[in-house]
This record gives sequence, C-alpha cells and structure tokens, in this order.
Amino acid sequence: MSLRAEAPAPPSARVHRFTRAERWVHRATAALMGACVVTAAFLYIPQLAVMVGRRELVVRIHECAGLALPVPVLLGLASRAFRADLRFLNRFGPHDKVWLRAALRRDKRRAARPAGKFNAGQKIYAAWIAGATLVMLGTGLMMWFTRLTPLMWRTSATFVHDWLALTVGVVLAGHIGMALGDPEARRGLRTGTVTEEWARREHPLWRR
Amino acid sequence: MNSEQPEERQDGRPVGRRVFLGTLGLGALGVLTAPVLQRGLEGFLGRVAGKDPTGLTGLLPNGGGFRYYSVAASVPHRTAADYRLTIDGLVDHPRSHTLAELRALPQTRLVRDVQCVTGWRVPGTPFQGVRLSHLLDAAGVRPSAKAVRFTCFDGTYTESLTLDQARRPDVLVALRMQDEDISHDHGGPVRLYVAPMYFYKSAKWLSGITVTDRVKPGYWEHLGYDVDAWVGRSNGRTDEPTS
Repeated sequence: MSLRAEAPAPPSARVHRFTRAERWVHRATAALMGACVVTAAFLYIPQLAVMVGRRELVVRIHECAGLALPVPVLLGLASRAFRADLRFLNRFGPHDKVWLRAALRRDKRRAARPAGKFNAGQKIYAAWIAGATLVMLGTGLMMWFTRLTPLMWRTSATFVHDWLALTVGVVLAGHIGMALGDPEARRGLRTGTVTEEWARREHPLWRR
Repeated sequence: MNSEQPEERQDGRPVGRRVFLGTLGLGALGVLTAPVLQRGLEGFLGRVAGKDPTGLTGLLPNGGGFRYYSVAASVPHRTAADYRLTIDGLVDHPRSHTLAELRALPQTRLVRDVQCVTGWRVPGTPFQGVRLSHLLDAAGVRPSAKAVRFTCFDGTYTESLTLDQARRPDVLVALRMQDEDISHDHGGPVRLYVAPMYFYKSAKWLSGITVTDRVKPGYWEHLGYDVDAWVGRSNGRTDEPTS
C-alpha cells in the first residue's frame, strides 16, 4: 500500500487536530471561565443578585474560580503538542495579514481567508483573552487583598475589573457564538479529530 | 510559498506575544488612569442615563442606581402587620414599636448622596424617617451607655455606632426612600440610614436596636471594613463627603 502516501485522503477521513491534553486544557479553562462569568452575573446584575443573596459565598466561588483560571494553561505547558500550538498562535505570517484584511472587508470567500492551524482571528482572540484574564486576576487580587496595595488603588482596580468584565463578556459571547456556528470545529475540540474536508477548507495552510 | 505543499511557518512575527503584552499594559494603564477615566465616564453616563428609557445604562459599571447586596440566603418579608422594632439594652424603658407607631412619630426628610464603599454613588436620594436620637431619648439611655448595636431580621447582618454618632441629626430609622415606602429589596419596611457614612452602615431590614457599653464591630467590619465609616475619611477612600 505504498501508493497510499501519494493519494489524497478521502474528504471524509478524520485528521488529528488536538491531543487529549489540549482538549482538557480547553475544557477546564472553559469551565472555570464559565464559573467566573455566572458568579459575576449573580454579583453584578441586580435582578439576579436579588434571587441569590449569599453574597459572601458567591464571592468566594468567584475568587476561587478566578484564581484557578490560569492553572490549566500552566499545566498544559507540560504537553509538547500544547506548546507547539502556542507557537502557532504566537507567530503571524503574511497569510494572517491577508486573512485580517479580508475579515475587515467582510470578505468571506475561501481564497481570501488563508489560515494555518489557527486563523488570524483565533490567534488574536487567544492572545487578548490571555492578557485580559491576567488583568482580571491582577485587579481581582487588588480588590480581594486590600492591604497588599495602597487602599486608593482598590477603586481603580474595581473600575478596570468592571469594564474589562463587560468587554470579556462580549468577546466571549462572540467566541461561543462562532463555535456554535461551526459544529466540526467543536467536534475537533471534543474528539480531537476533524474531517479532511473541513481542515482543507478552514485551515488550508495547516501542516500535518 | 509552495502551493503544492503548503507549510505553516513557525518563524513569523510574534504578534500574539505583542497583543498579549499590550493587553497587560493597557490593563495597568487603566488602573493608573482610572480616577480620571471614572470621573469622565460617570459624568457622561449620568447624562445619558437621564435620557435612557430602556434603563440599560443602569447595568453598566458606574451607570448609576443602587445595587442589591444581601449577605443572607433569603430574607423574610415583614409587613405592617408583623413588623416590630425592639429597643433594649442599657435603656430605662425597653420597648418595641410597630410600623404604625413609627409612622406616627415626627418624621425627618434628608436628601443626600449615597456612597457605597465599592465605588458606586447615587446622587440626591431622599430618605425619610424617625431620628434615631428621638427613639433613644424616648427609651431613656443610661449613663453607662457608650454605643448602639443594630440587628436585622435577615438573621445575619449587624451594625453599630457610637452613641455620639447615633445621636447625630442625620441618622434616621428610615421608613421611606426616594419618596416611597422602602421596598423589601431596599431593606424595607424599615432600614437604618446613616447619611455621613458609607452605605454598609445603613443596615437593611432593621429589627433591633440595643444600647451597649462598647462598640461591637458589625458584619462587614469583622471582614475588614472600618467601624467609623465616614465617607471620604475611611476605608482608604477619598470620596466627597455625603453629609
């Protein structure tokens, strides 16, 4: 069966995309982020706060989930595949510029959207949400341990934490919305494999 | 790039790292410039909220309006039929008041800003009720008394004031807020209103006033907040005084 190497795989063949470690990093991060968002809503939106009360307990869950949020990614660094994906996410080639320009023009043609394992939008989302998470963690810690920093800073930290929370909420909704619109991408994160056809269409430059 | 065998490069420019570090930097800059940004936004949102029929601006940070804080899992409802305010401790005439009795006493109306220790401020909010000093005088405070402790029918919250603070004319046992009977969510039917202090001193669902010989820190004060919670002079904050 030496011919097999030359023959293109059938479009229905499954292509390996994510290892078990990578999938668990995503799953754990999503769960912790979800806990942060839900508890934040119950602390912040008056109608929800009225339903729940127990402010101290909700705050405690929010704090613990927030503190644990970077842990899955840090543990993931032990995985070679995860580290390789971080490199893919970090590095931008000429095709990413093409992709971003097309996105700005709302050009949805396949040829206008060249992408490697991750498209330019996913790369920017990953970098931004990582930075935003750490800003949330830092400002959150300043509000939590008020004695660690000059007390005046707490107001400033609260201000940044509140507005960034709103921004993260909107961006996260976009992230989830796009995932809902692409079942094969979700299958990739659930099972680790995607169809050859999807990979060629969505990520034509992805080296396998 | 060879179109026959597309290969993904790993040696492009590290834009991801730049976006990541840029976000961190903007966050730090936001903390440093927050006092200026916040003042500007509060002014802007204050103007917008006045014209916003949907009320959505109220959900934005610093968008104005009260936020609901309760430390209890659930708070029982009390009405004119079953509400009682007891006054005991170091007094000559311990007693309990019904809501009707409180309403029959001389009422004082104050219009001040409300300032929460977490940052939100609601301008010009009317509160109306009986001066705490009036209730204390009627009960006959004994000479050994130094402080007043407040308990609430949520079963959890407590607050306290020194006797001097409690006797200020801007400290009320409030029955009305924003010119309406105080609703359950705002601490009704009766809450404390300590105009010159951060709003956590204005205990909701007030049910007991006990005169004591020393200040016992209340609920939040056990968790690190200042007992003498003057607006602008405590909790490390520099807000404009409210009274």
